[in-house]
Amino acid sequence: MPDKEETLCDLIVIGTGLAGLSAALFAARRGIDTVLVGLTGEIGFASGLLDLLGVHPVADGRMVKDPWRALERLRREEPGHPYGKIDNDVIRKSIADMLAFLAESGYPYWCDSQANLRMVTPVGTCKPTYAVPHTMQYGPVALAQKTPCLLVDFEGLKGYSAIQIAAKLSACHPHLRTLRIAFPEGRGELYTEHMARALETTAVRATLIEAIRPHIGDVLCIGLPAILGIYDTVRVLEDLTQGLGRPVFEIPTMVPGVTGVRLQELFGRRLPALGVRCLMQQRVWNTWRRTDGRWSLAVGQNTAERTVRARSVMLCSGRFFGKGLCADRHGIRETIFDVPVVQPFDRTLWHNKDLLHAPGHPINRAGLAVDHRFRPTGDQGRVVFPNLFAAGTILAYQDWVRQKCGSGLAIATAYAAVAACHEYLKEVESAK
Amino acid sequence: MQTQVLIIGAGITGAGVARDLALRGVHCIIVEKQDVNAGASGGNHGLLHSGARYIASDPASAVECQRENHLLKHLAAHCIEATGGLFVAVAGDDENYIADFPSTSRRCGITAHEIDLKEVHELEPALSNRLIAAYAVNDATIDPFKLSLDTIADAQLHGSRLLRYSRVVGFEIVHGRIRATRVKDELTGRVLSIAADIVVNAAGAWAGVVAAQAGAPIRMRYSKGTLLVTQNRIAYRVINRLRKATDGDILVPGGTVSILGTTSERVASPDVIYPEIHEVDAIIDEGAVMLPQLAETRFIRAYCGVRPLLEEAGKRGTDDPDDRAVSRGFALIDHLAGPEKLANFVTITGGKLTTYRLMAERTADWVCRRLGIQQPCRTHRVPLPNTVDARWTEPGLAPNTWLRSHAPNDALLCECEMVPRSVVEQIVTTIRKQDGRPSLKAISLRSRIGKGPCQGTFCSQRLAAYLYDRNYLAGSQGIVELRAFLRERWRGQQPLLWDTPLAQAELLEAMHCGLFCLELAAEGGVIEGLDHA
Ligand SMILES: Cc1cc2nc3c(=O)[nH]c(=O)nc-3n(C[C@H](O)[C@H](O)[C@H](O)COP(=O)(O)OP(=O)(O)OC[C@H]3O[C@@H](n4cnc5c(N)ncnc54)[C@H](O)[C@@H]3O)c2cc1C
Repeated sequence: MPDKEETLCDLIVIGTGLAGLSAALFAARRGIDTVLVGLTGEIGFASGLLDLLGVHPVADGRMVKDPWRALERLRREEPGHPYGKIDNDVIRKSIADMLAFLAESGYPYWCDSQANLRMVTPVGTCKPTYAVPHTMQYGPVALAQKTPCLLVDFEGLKGYSAIQIAAKLSACHPHLRTLRIAFPEGRGELYTEHMARALETTAVRATLIEAIRPHIGDVLCIGLPAILGIYDTVRVLEDLTQGLGRPVFEIPTMVPGVTGVRLQELFGRRLPALGVRCLMQQRVWNTWRRTDGRWSLAVGQNTAERTVRARSVMLCSGRFFGKGLCADRHGIRETIFDVPVVQPFDRTLWHNKDLLHAPGHPINRAGLAVDHRFRPTGDQGRVVFPNLFAAGTILAYQDWVRQKCGSGLAIATAYAAVAACHEYLKEVESAK
Repeated sequence: MQTQVLIIGAGITGAGVARDLALRGVHCIIVEKQDVNAGASGGNHGLLHSGARYIASDPASAVECQRENHLLKHLAAHCIEATGGLFVAVAGDDENYIADFPSTSRRCGITAHEIDLKEVHELEPALSNRLIAAYAVNDATIDPFKLSLDTIADAQLHGSRLLRYSRVVGFEIVHGRIRATRVKDELTGRVLSIAADIVVNAAGAWAGVVAAQAGAPIRMRYSKGTLLVTQNRIAYRVINRLRKATDGDILVPGGTVSILGTTSERVASPDVIYPEIHEVDAIIDEGAVMLPQLAETRFIRAYCGVRPLLEEAGKRGTDDPDDRAVSRGFALIDHLAGPEKLANFVTITGGKLTTYRLMAERTADWVCRRLGIQQPCRTHRVPLPNTVDARWTEPGLAPNTWLRSHAPNDALLCECEMVPRSVVEQIVTTIRKQDGRPSLKAISLRSRIGKGPCQGTFCSQRLAAYLYDRNYLAGSQGIVELRAFLRERWRGQQPLLWDTPLAQAELLEAMHCGLFCLELAAEGGVIEGLDHA
């Protein structure tokens, strides 16, 4: 055991994707003394759209209008799904808490609470989602009302073409015009993060407004790629809306985009203020379970630099991209505690031969099975450790990509798992 | 439409026949149901055989390979990397085979130099230290895409035409001759009739299917072979296992990568084939015996092709399990001699990429005899020109050119393989010259786009957006294109998804399905509205 600096806490949350960030937030809100550790990165790939349940049943590709009703149906039809362990009321509460937190952090989201929204994507398709950042709010409205609209893109921004989006939408939305302009601050290749940071300054916003204004004509709203600031999106949006005299909205870009950066920066700023000790850009190198049941984790950037001693652990380490799971030719493993992973019998069953196969790839439903308190289970449903919890996409029996439920799953399971962990901590405390 | 010679199939054989005839002044049309090299010519190992692999199983093919290898190194040098090859045996391999190797080679006119085992590790450090014998031979590598594209470009320069996405669906036969060939445009569904003096069936593994449409039976076996592309080049030379041919015993360099193969699996039809997981495992396990690092290395893509093997009447039954024992020689079938008695129909199939020129020469000789044309073959003397049509398939060329001429607005659309807009523009021009529509798949075939580690995750949409901006795509075409392109890439990724590529695939699915919802689009690219659950 590295006998360096030792940190004590009630809960260590592993993973800085949306599940880990949510877990840290909810834990802090409950007054649990929390450490958050993880390799940032994954959250940078977030589209910023808050999906609750967009498609069910997946095999029929049915896009969901009322996510709450669809959740009830999902619970009946897929009782093993992580949502099967949480009531709608609790899910509602978790989402409401998260949206309130985002709003008070200066990045409000918008939703219709009873129905999914349809958000335009960079390839011109429409994705069902539950809530969108305020910067995107007018997009679903304009789409639904077929509002005459100017779609702007930028010379040098790859993978985002207003013409492409308009062409794809033209069948259902005839009043779209496109405009390509040079970005005020930048020549050659453009990156959305640089553009968004540039737009934090008033002068750049003013130049952009001047570049767009002559082309407004008779359109009633204006769509831009997601570049409207990183920190002060409210101000950026307000300025553009006023300057152009029309509602302005963002359309998501290819990932990684600024929507992920915003969340990363926002949590990075807010969590420490709420008392969470954040060990960002660090990984867990080793773990020991001590005789008193507590965990010791060796944590550090490139090697084990410190030990964190925790009464409980929450695994929010994600799937293969997040490195919570890993696979070789012979099987799938959980990377930190080596807890059992529910998985198809062998590799031949992992993926379908067709990428777009309607029911999805079986490997996407592999992951950790958990009990009703979100503790990983092994043989015959036995809980592996009483103080090890898991939340987010690492959980088995869900396909967040196909079901369009990634954010909702992260937030709701983190909420429920933190509640269970809180119970556990109270039990231990009262047993003393 | 009318021509002197209609050639069915734009693999290397069809391309070779067209160029040979065109150089003799004969007008040809090539019809191809998909795109250039859609068949075995796009699914092979890229090994320009020295012949040494066939000395025991098929000495006649060995001799042909040896000769053509020598010729092509001069005639198509720009498509070939003369790496040389090694045959190596590992402890436990058949000692008799090893002992006979030099003399059997010599009998086929192939030189195999014995190499000291200490020296061989200096030449190729990745080789196992359990080697017991090593020989150097004249193997080389050949870029099959460049070769076919250049061959077709030269044929076009001499008056031939290529019709892509044009499938032969039937023949009009009158008095023992094919009067017209019915060809269906796979994009529009229109059927057109082409009248030709002679019809050449160069449909590779599909030769039997095509011949059957003219009432001519050809008995064929389909042997699928699977290959794996490594992320980095493992060895400089071609490395062969010195033993009777079996799975996973050749590693061929291909520019910046190495290609490990292959398998031999009987399939019922050449149409729907996939590289399978058990093949991948067999290839890696066997390959690692020769080159241990193959057990750990990252593979970026798998692919497969079907070898058209002809059943020689009376020699072997279909129940012989070892397809590797079937001759790799080619067959030129004159359909006047068969029960169908067709005077102007010939099939050329079987053989190797290495022997394509010889196959084309024999076929063109036959055609010219039938047409009473005296012109002799010229392809053994006239070098194959290096055209711009084919240049961007070469790994490393696009990045070098881009870095040298770095224009600030020439953004890279494919960052893994560094393919900039300007290259895409040139390829689009070439495709349009061939009356084609620049689809993502067609552009990828003619470049390195989508072939790097991201396997199309990012470049697919960057390219689609660019094609819209340039007005090459319209309406919902982009969705159809993205779906088709990603599905095609997936065939090659799916059996190799563990470790880092699995994480990469997860990102691909998260973006293209999670965000873009491509899996929900109907075939026409339409996505329905929200449903009431
Ligand atoms: C796994 C594998 C590895 C190999 N490795 C090597 C190697 O390393 N070295 C070597 O020398 N050789 C190798 N070969 C052999 C070599 O690839 C083939 O011999 C050669 O490519 C055959 O070319 P082809 O033009 O005859 O057939 P193909 O390339 O299959 O071309 C036939 C074409 O006909 C088209 N077609 C079919 N039906 C129709 C129709 N109805 N209408 C219109 N068009 C049609 C097809 O789409 C196809 O493009 C390998 C083969 C395989 C399968």
